[in-house]
Amino acid sequence: MAADHRLGPGALRELAERIIKFSDADETEVDIGAVTDALTRFANNTIHQNVAEQNLTVSVRTVVDGRTARATTNKTDDESLRRVVRAAADLARFQPKNPDLLPMLKQQKTQKVARFFPATATAMPAERARAVARVCKATATAKQTAAGIFSTAMVETAFANSRGYFAHYEQTRAEFSVTIMEKDSSGWAKANSPNIADIDPDALGASASRKATASRAPKEIPPGRYTVILEPSAVLDLVGFLFYDFAGTAVLDQRSMFNKRIGTKLFGDNITICDDVYHPLQLGTPFDGEGVPREKVLLVDRGVPRNLVYSRATAKKMKKQPTGHGFSLPNEYGEAPMNLVFTGGKASVDEMVRSTERGILVTRLWYIREVDPYEKILTGMTRDGTFLVENGKISGGIRNFRFNQSMIEMLSNVEMLGEAVRAAGEESFEMVVPAMKVRGFHFSEVTKF
Amino acid sequence: MRDWANWAIDTAKVRGATFADARVMDIRHRDVSTKNGDVGNLSESESLGIGIRVIAGGAWGFAATDRLTREGVQACAAEAVAIAKASALAKTHDAVLAPEGPHVDTWQGPFIKDPFRIPVERQIDVLLAADKEMRRVKGVTLAEGSMSFRRIEQYYASTEGSAIHQLKMLSGAGIVATTFAGSEIQKRSYPNSFGGQHMQRGYELVESLNLVGNAQRIAEESVALHSAAQCPEGTSTIILESAQLGLQIHESVGHPIELDRVLGMEANFAGLSFLTLDKLRTLRYGSDIVNVVADARLEHGPGLGTFGYDDEGVPAQCTPIITDGLFTGYLSNRETAAAIGEKRSGGTMRTESWSNLPIIRMTNISLLPGSWKYDDLIADTDDAILMSTNRSWSIDDHRYQFQFSTEIGWEVKNGKIGRMLKNPSYSGITTEFWGSCDAICSREHWTLWGTPNCGKGQPMQTMGTGHGASPSRFRNVKIGAAFAK
Repeated sequence: MAADHRLGPGALRELAERIIKFSDADETEVDIGAVTDALTRFANNTIHQNVAEQNLTVSVRTVVDGRTARATTNKTDDESLRRVVRAAADLARFQPKNPDLLPMLKQQKTQKVARFFPATATAMPAERARAVARVCKATATAKQTAAGIFSTAMVETAFANSRGYFAHYEQTRAEFSVTIMEKDSSGWAKANSPNIADIDPDALGASASRKATASRAPKEIPPGRYTVILEPSAVLDLVGFLFYDFAGTAVLDQRSMFNKRIGTKLFGDNITICDDVYHPLQLGTPFDGEGVPREKVLLVDRGVPRNLVYSRATAKKMKKQPTGHGFSLPNEYGEAPMNLVFTGGKASVDEMVRSTERGILVTRLWYIREVDPYEKILTGMTRDGTFLVENGKISGGIRNFRFNQSMIEMLSNVEMLGEAVRAAGEESFEMVVPAMKVRGFHFSEVTKF
Repeated sequence: MRDWANWAIDTAKVRGATFADARVMDIRHRDVSTKNGDVGNLSESESLGIGIRVIAGGAWGFAATDRLTREGVQACAAEAVAIAKASALAKTHDAVLAPEGPHVDTWQGPFIKDPFRIPVERQIDVLLAADKEMRRVKGVTLAEGSMSFRRIEQYYASTEGSAIHQLKMLSGAGIVATTFAGSEIQKRSYPNSFGGQHMQRGYELVESLNLVGNAQRIAEESVALHSAAQCPEGTSTIILESAQLGLQIHESVGHPIELDRVLGMEANFAGLSFLTLDKLRTLRYGSDIVNVVADARLEHGPGLGTFGYDDEGVPAQCTPIITDGLFTGYLSNRETAAAIGEKRSGGTMRTESWSNLPIIRMTNISLLPGSWKYDDLIADTDDAILMSTNRSWSIDDHRYQFQFSTEIGWEVKNGKIGRMLKNPSYSGITTEFWGSCDAICSREHWTLWGTPNCGKGQPMQTMGTGHGASPSRFRNVKIGAAFAK
């Protein structure tokens, strides 16, 4: 077994207190992050990269006469720590007073969450390599080509300030992602979890392999509006673009799609979204960048945007209560919900396919970007498993499409919802979302493969 | 730095590595931003560590640490070798590198004014002055400004005898005016989106941009966009200003020529490339006037892709990528160059930090200037849309079908720039688009732009790349699809 590199709350508290003692600022806050990360990368049915990293970062925020600034280092000798404290204070001194700055928090009661799995933290490179070798061998036997990653990581976080606040959090994370290719087709699958035991590389490889086989000889069909069945990864990478719109600061700055729309029916009755870091399928700290305990917030209730999330300063400006979603100070963005959970339904993807006379099944989306921030039009491409559905059956693979689709329209046109699952994509951080069957999805152009 | 690197490669050799190199990097950042009259972000950071790459048992291993004691570095080197031996469990062939002679050298980027020695209050004052100018324009709902600076000192050593010290200074700055009215959010950025202009220069770059002097203009344009006509849908001649063309080069030339992508190594995340090996020196990439180079040398300019040596110790080079319209070169490293039978790496291995493995990255991928004066190009154009400053960008995973939208556009009618257009967008197929280029402006209109936020690799690394371009004209381009109903 590899070593468990955890420092533990005792050592991190001692380090934080040592740093705070070096400071003569009015107030001092310390964030410590310890990361151990390892990733095995494969392509062409062989490992071509295999990396590991260890880093400990100390970030110090000081308040001097109503002004604040931050300095960060990964050097933990006393001289470097004194220097980083001094740098934060020097930066703070030479700026205008910040009228929105609030005193640092006293100790808060934060909820415990169990997201550390020793088996993930101590996974060896040979363990990852053996799993990759099995997938590569099966892929080669099927005369296909595999590429992907198998990673494991451990993160330990401590937050402390000169008012005596201390909080500690630790989590692990394992992830396997695989793309399997044939001459003119490909399939993809990905999963992540704090517990490496939840990751089944062989099953993910088999799923990607089946998709590559099923999408051989893709046909070109014309762009237009189609009923689509979006698997959870595709849904995630679309709705992930909404997360910052729920920030109080985004509405205050008038750059949110919810400007003048809170309380107004915007999506279908079947769309309910909350932010909930305590959901069993979520990861993340139970306190925010200011140390405020995170709250579960109902953001959209049956199609109506109801609430936003607020940092302490934004809450004061907007006459609300902080929700525990603030970023580390100082920053210009305020806050955001990082643990979105959609309410799911009961339909399986197979049932969605069976109920569709003509439509398109999408495994994954790629290179999604915002075209219009208020109508929330997003563009992007389908990728690695796009299928035509005819008369309730998958009839074969099709060439990939570009879409230009308003999220307001899409979330108003959802006909069926699957069970909400922890989805992994490439454009958004992980969230809990369902598969969706959507009518009238706008594919604007088709590519050549 | 030298001691740490030497401890690393000596330990790797003792542990059984047949090749090892080590990168010590000391990276310092400063970020300053303002928003609606207040300071937004004000922070500095520093990061020091070592990354050790080895070949053992014919396979690759990499480990990185911030524990820079002899014991910490040696343990990291031993871990890199152990990881390589684990990689060998699933290898199909031994890693082979194109030869590269040892280099012992020192190189420093061309900055004049160290931005970390400029008082932070002076930097805040510039941003707040620009902020004030933007907010004086009625209708501006959000004024933002930012500066970012990075100092990278690095030392490279290898078991082949290379020992290279380099110092780079990167600076960037820009402003944005955003307006919300009715049912639209519009914005204008100066001098470019993505935080403005970024180069391998010192604070003299910020002083040259005149942020305050351009603030009112972009604020007024942002407001005016709300009453501008919608960009039509259909097929049109378009003229791209140089910053937008820089991103077009990045996405539709820079990425597809990455040889690791071509050889399938990025298939799971960044994707593949339409530029399969049979296309080299056979594919018409663009029209006869299209010439693109990948040039990391200082004589190309102080871009984000300029250096003395890449991160596997290969000297900076200029590689012709498109020559008179013909596809002529890839971006390569020592391993991929050997894989396709090239004699030498093109020198494009770059890493974001000591903690990341170097991978093939763009250097400065630039469209060489043509012969047109800008005014002559406009005068020569009967009917076109002029587009400026990127707003959104997207391209498929083979880098073939793309769509871009820009913040602002103008009609060009009968040789003159006419009314403003909002929500301009265009789309196409890479080779068809470059094949439709019929005019490129001259050196006096050419700018080496910096793209600071290019993501690639797993774990993902963010890298700065350079893109020189001058305004250019393209015929028969599809426009308006992004907003089509």
